[in-house]
Amino acid sequence: MESTIIKSRNFNASFGSNHVVKNVNIDIPRNHVIAVMGPSGCGKTTYLRCINRMHELIPGATSEGEMTINNENIYDMHPIFVRQKIGMVFQRPNPFPNLSIYDNVIAGYKLNGIKLPKAERDRIVEHSLTRVALWKEVKDSLNKKGSFLSGGQQQRLCIARAVAMEPEVLLFDEPTSALDPISTSTVEELFHELKANYTLIIVTHNMQQAARVSDKTAFFYLGELVEYDETKIMFTNPKDNRTQNYITGRFS
Amino acid sequence: MDGKNIKYRIGKSYVAQIVTTIFAFACVIPLLFILGFIIKAGITKINWHFLVSIPKPVGESGGGIVNALVGSILIIFCASLIAIPIGILAGIYLSENGKTRLAYWCRLCVDILQGVPSIVIGIIAYFWLVKPLGGFSALSGSVALAIMMLPIVIRSTEETLKLLPSSLQEAAFALGMPFHRVMFKVVVPVGISGILSGVMLAIARITGETAPLLFTAFGNPYLSFNITKPMQSLPHLIYDYATSPYDDWKNLAWGASVILLLWVLLLNIFTKLITRKWKVQL
Amino acid sequence: MDTSAKNSVITRSDLPLRVINSTPETIARAQKKVRRSFRQIRTETVFRRTLTIMGLIMIILVLGILLTLIIQSLPSIKSLGLKYLWGKVWDPVQDIYGAWPFLLGTLLSSFLALLISIPFSLAVAIFLGEYFPKGWMPDFLKNAVELIAAVPSVIYGFWGLAVLVPIVRNLENHIGVEPVGVGIFSSSLILAIMIIPYAASLGRSMIQMVPSPLKEAAYGLGATRWEVIRSVVLPYTKSGLFAGVLLSLGRALGETMAVTMVIGNTSLIPKNIFAPGNTMASVIANEFTEADKPVYLSALIELGLVLFLVTVVINLIGKKIIDRFTQ
Repeated sequence: MESTIIKSRNFNASFGSNHVVKNVNIDIPRNHVIAVMGPSGCGKTTYLRCINRMHELIPGATSEGEMTINNENIYDMHPIFVRQKIGMVFQRPNPFPNLSIYDNVIAGYKLNGIKLPKAERDRIVEHSLTRVALWKEVKDSLNKKGSFLSGGQQQRLCIARAVAMEPEVLLFDEPTSALDPISTSTVEELFHELKANYTLIIVTHNMQQAARVSDKTAFFYLGELVEYDETKIMFTNPKDNRTQNYITGRFS
Repeated sequence: MDGKNIKYRIGKSYVAQIVTTIFAFACVIPLLFILGFIIKAGITKINWHFLVSIPKPVGESGGGIVNALVGSILIIFCASLIAIPIGILAGIYLSENGKTRLAYWCRLCVDILQGVPSIVIGIIAYFWLVKPLGGFSALSGSVALAIMMLPIVIRSTEETLKLLPSSLQEAAFALGMPFHRVMFKVVVPVGISGILSGVMLAIARITGETAPLLFTAFGNPYLSFNITKPMQSLPHLIYDYATSPYDDWKNLAWGASVILLLWVLLLNIFTKLITRKWKVQL
Repeated sequence: MDTSAKNSVITRSDLPLRVINSTPETIARAQKKVRRSFRQIRTETVFRRTLTIMGLIMIILVLGILLTLIIQSLPSIKSLGLKYLWGKVWDPVQDIYGAWPFLLGTLLSSFLALLISIPFSLAVAIFLGEYFPKGWMPDFLKNAVELIAAVPSVIYGFWGLAVLVPIVRNLENHIGVEPVGVGIFSSSLILAIMIIPYAASLGRSMIQMVPSPLKEAAYGLGATRWEVIRSVVLPYTKSGLFAGVLLSLGRALGETMAVTMVIGNTSLIPKNIFAPGNTMASVIANEFTEADKPVYLSALIELGLVLFLVTVVINLIGKKIIDRFTQ
């Protein structure tokens, strides 16, 4: 298998006349954790949302340039396929409030009308919840509503929901910014384990988090991709002044 | 002098509060009078026979309102069948495409529709259905009532869906769900209490409507299940018999009034319960 | 928002690469997912179109109502002209059609009803919005006022006929006008009760929207509660309260059944507010099915057109004021 999974070339995105992602070129390797960091408003979240075409859901949002997954242009596929291949976890945990924990995990199948035998569903639910280290905590309350869980548990439930669809890539939009420190560390530990099966792209404004969890880091500033390298190199020996400044806290 | 002034001002404030309270609760008095009188006049007329037989001709006492009950249920059922799907879909349209020009005009038209006097809707249904179909029919009454339901259903759907957080839709879209499934499997189920309460309010409102039925369903002294023919309804029966000079008929109308009141009251209570019980915790 | 129009080409990139080397069930599941999705995409497009059509239907509906009313009242507009509106005699037998008695009846009964109801609806709005927003007593009042709106108008009419009309007749005996009971005054009383909820509930939500720093500033200057209401709350909400009154008026103008039952139904110009009369809505309700001549029918529909236009204008102005207020 080729090692690059997501590739952008000259990729641009805007809201109306507001150009928020400028000419981004990036190669994302398979089964790695990529951190995308930068000050707020730098276009990192917008870029992330372009990868699974969530960006275009906002009225007035446009994008151009090349964005491929396994060398196929994402913008030539139907968004439904793109989103089934590239899962996403959001800033705030957003389990479906009307569904039980069990149904939340299987939501991608159930709500898409894909019928599976009971045994198969049970297997997916157990498998997905185990992967996010939630199975032990919730296996006795699978029929309770997802909103009864704590914030950290809800977020892991959301990850399980994305994992259940067996995507190739998982996008995380500041996944721990709404969580307490303990939940944050549980979620961060997950990233290491998920890496074996998925490619993870994590947007964060928390530099320590980027340093802790990622293999490679991309630094966005004012819509541009300033620097993209091995995390170690980025944090010890950045090539660009702006990265240097950001890492040393001279602006935020 | 200052102390006196302050006392005067505080006193004035109290008087104003008392006067406001009195006026506010004075509104309830006629309501209680009306409800009390109607229940007193009508409750004794209601028995099993009253609910299952048709009205007797002038001069014979007894008789019931089964034709109006059946008619009301059928007419409202057909009206709901027309108005609920259209209303919910149009509500979804408005909440999802809120800023387009078409949505602007659509919303304006819904506002207009909400204020159209019911009698005018009756005229419209007469020219759109009764005349082309060559006769009065329950169906044309249903269409008239459906038009009256639409703005309520549309508005409550739109308002409910707009209040739901966008993260809900995003979660669904991110799982690769197509738009219609995002709506019907996630967004609408979560907002169902708001939508349902709009539907119930709409039904409660048209249950008591008489004016649009005068030239459409027309009324019928006999029991009929044929929606392409004239049909009686509760409010229509009350109107006809209340304005008649015969005491027997008036008694029938009192009984029917109690039934109609109970019906509307129950719908309103149900609406409240639904909103409370089915509210999804977000 | 429209994801289907753009890039609707689907490349059959069948299965996620990772899946290909895995177990047969995983492959089967992935295939199922893809097949299913192709069908979904078609449905999605249809659904989006349906939604737009529903939006269009609303516009067509309202335009259709307007057009129907105009077309059907053309015979009357053509043969009677503008003077129809202030013609003082309505005598279908003689083919004389003048709408003035009904315009006057409508205006008199509606404005009288408005005048009677305003103190009460304003009191309810202030009581619920400012004095006691929470508790069992205001809850009771709120539910009672909602109930006023829920009672069907035909029941108001019936009660009016049976209870109110004799009372008014007594009153008329006392003050020495012709004791008929039915008439403009009776229908105004009924209407006044019926329209209280509209102005009250809107007024209440407007009053609750007054920013508390404004009120606190006044309290801080030593104002009493009533002074705060008079000099802060009411001036701040006056456009909203006015809108509520407008919506009430719209209701009163179009109300049919209750009025029809107690107004007396005569086509003569009411001499005073106790005299029987007819409103636009009530004359349509009474005579529509009896109108045997095309011009007669058309004249009635022209009344409906006038009623439609007036209520539309009143409601739109009211809604515009509310929109501006809430922004």
